[in-house]
Amino acid sequence: MLYRETGQFKSTYQADMAIFPIKQDRIALYALLAFAFVGVPLLAHFDVGMFGRDYLYKAILIPFLILALATIGLNILTGYCGQISLGAGAFMAIGAYAAYNFSIRVPGMPALAAILLGGGMAALVGILFGIPSLRIKGLYLAVATLAAQFFFDWLFIRVGWFTNYTPSGSVNAPELNFFGYVVSSPIERYLLALSFVTIFALIAKNLVRGNLGRQWMAIRDMDIAAEIMGIRPFYAKLTAFAVSSFFIGVAGALWAYVHLGSWEPLAFNIDRSTQILFMIIIGGLGSILGSFLGAAFILILPIVLDQAPQAVGLKLSVETIAHLVFIITGALICFLLIKEPHGFAKLWSLAKEKLRLWPFPY
Amino acid sequence: MASVLGPFLEILIGGLLSGVLYSLVALGFVLIYKASGVFNFAQGAMVLLAGLALVRPLDWMVDKGFPYWGAVVLALLFAGAVMAITAWIIERYILGPLLNQDGLTLFMSTIGAAFIIEGAGQMIFGSDVYPLKLYPTDAWFAFENIFPGGILINKLDVWGGLIAGILVAGLAAFFQYTKTGRALRAVADDHAAAQSVGIPINWIWFVVWLVAGLVALVAATVWGTKLGVQFSIVFLALKALPVLIIGGFTSVPGAIIGGLIVGAGEKLAEAYLGPVIGGGIEYWFAYVVALAVLMVRPQGLFGEKIIERI
Repeated sequence: MLYRETGQFKSTYQADMAIFPIKQDRIALYALLAFAFVGVPLLAHFDVGMFGRDYLYKAILIPFLILALATIGLNILTGYCGQISLGAGAFMAIGAYAAYNFSIRVPGMPALAAILLGGGMAALVGILFGIPSLRIKGLYLAVATLAAQFFFDWLFIRVGWFTNYTPSGSVNAPELNFFGYVVSSPIERYLLALSFVTIFALIAKNLVRGNLGRQWMAIRDMDIAAEIMGIRPFYAKLTAFAVSSFFIGVAGALWAYVHLGSWEPLAFNIDRSTQILFMIIIGGLGSILGSFLGAAFILILPIVLDQAPQAVGLKLSVETIAHLVFIITGALICFLLIKEPHGFAKLWSLAKEKLRLWPFPY
Repeated sequence: MASVLGPFLEILIGGLLSGVLYSLVALGFVLIYKASGVFNFAQGAMVLLAGLALVRPLDWMVDKGFPYWGAVVLALLFAGAVMAITAWIIERYILGPLLNQDGLTLFMSTIGAAFIIEGAGQMIFGSDVYPLKLYPTDAWFAFENIFPGGILINKLDVWGGLIAGILVAGLAAFFQYTKTGRALRAVADDHAAAQSVGIPINWIWFVVWLVAGLVALVAATVWGTKLGVQFSIVFLALKALPVLIIGGFTSVPGAIIGGLIVGAGEKLAEAYLGPVIGGGIEYWFAYVVALAVLMVRPQGLFGEKIIERI
């Protein structure tokens, strides 16, 4: 009844090619952005409910936004270009350590430039590790990308230069100075992460519907057929690796600078890689919206499960809860894969389809 | 001359034998991949579960005053039964409903299964380090008449090698000469065709997961003796992956050869390259070797050739 595009006539090509061609979608998106950019800080300012608590920002919103960015990055590679990667954690680490080294070794390096250069460095390494994808395919490639994961885990632990020879191996992010404004409180950090994610999501959305995105999808659907049609696998695959690694690298730099503040290589180990892979699978391969939904689900699930026994008054030992979280997470993932192998994005589009016909489905 | 050759041989033999232990874990992967095209990330978790299901009843029975070897046999039977139940649950509730999904979805579902197995196994059987003593673990000096001081070989590694050899021979015989083995090979070749000639595909998959579970049990006896049964056994799966891609996902002998290459390669690299570029390169060396092998042969050394058609 409310969600219907009847009567919305497109009179220009621009209107026809808009990212959100349906008016209701646009309104919903603007409302969501307005709430995220203006509403949340206002609620925080007036200390309304849980919006006044730092916990919401530090443990949920900031990690969610940054991991959503990393998930979009991996989705570009795996969801759009079909190259399975288990090395997302390594590229986050490269972004973080490259940004750190640019910050401390180049005097007067602004934080924004350091973060973007961190992403750029990750993109370069991504191209390097993307070269095997021209020969290796499918699950063999997935295992090959683990080489990147283990190599960089080792590199940042063992080679002191990258951590500026700190004895513990843990490094501190420099102050987040953006054009003279120092970002420090949780709400400011949240807004910073939100701005990054909004801009990058917009870039990703535009990339995947353009020429490049169509090349990636052709390679994903069948690389030999795509090659015969005149798409260069070399160019398409390596751009996917570069763009994806850039996104993941920026997410890594943000994770280190904005979320953690001080970190050690363990923050980016293999568990991080599988976590991000779960996010794209549960959210939906080849969907930007799905990246957000998957990131939210995988991040919030353990937090909820951790707190649930206390909330309902069960007294369980910490160890039992940890094991239960494992079991329930695994079971839910299997359940979701069985019920909807295409992830939340598919559920969302089904719901929209139902909503268009509501209340008179035929 | 002998003073250089001695240590070299010692490292080489130690590496080869420890590589065979990786092969034990990789074998479980190969069996499942061959028969169902599922890349089973849960193999490491299955080794942990098998180890826990073996060591806990064993300790309990020894406490109660059972004769030791009788207790070992009973505990092995118990662990085997646990693996059978696990295989049945995985086949019935996770992979059965996911029939005909693509490889990535199946792979993710096995990660989910790994979570469940890790959580449930530790919740039921406990999550400490449990020592297991099934094989002799003392060192053994060989060729003392040729090299001064001889070559130090760990007896456990020798046992591991022997067991892996017997296991591979047994599996080869099972695949080649039994009716179920023939059905397994048929399913591996083509699910739909096998189903259409009346092979019960669910039963076959159960058998495959059961065999992989029993291989995990054998691996657990060796690794449990080496490290103690503990959570970090799960990470063996990650050590077994390069072994797997060097040998090829579909080749049982490949898993053994891959293990030998990885074991020898990483021990030699650690001994001779390690001091030059920093210690701990064992951690990633196997993966880089695997990457190099894949660049030359994208299907691994012994994998079936990948043929692509439009």
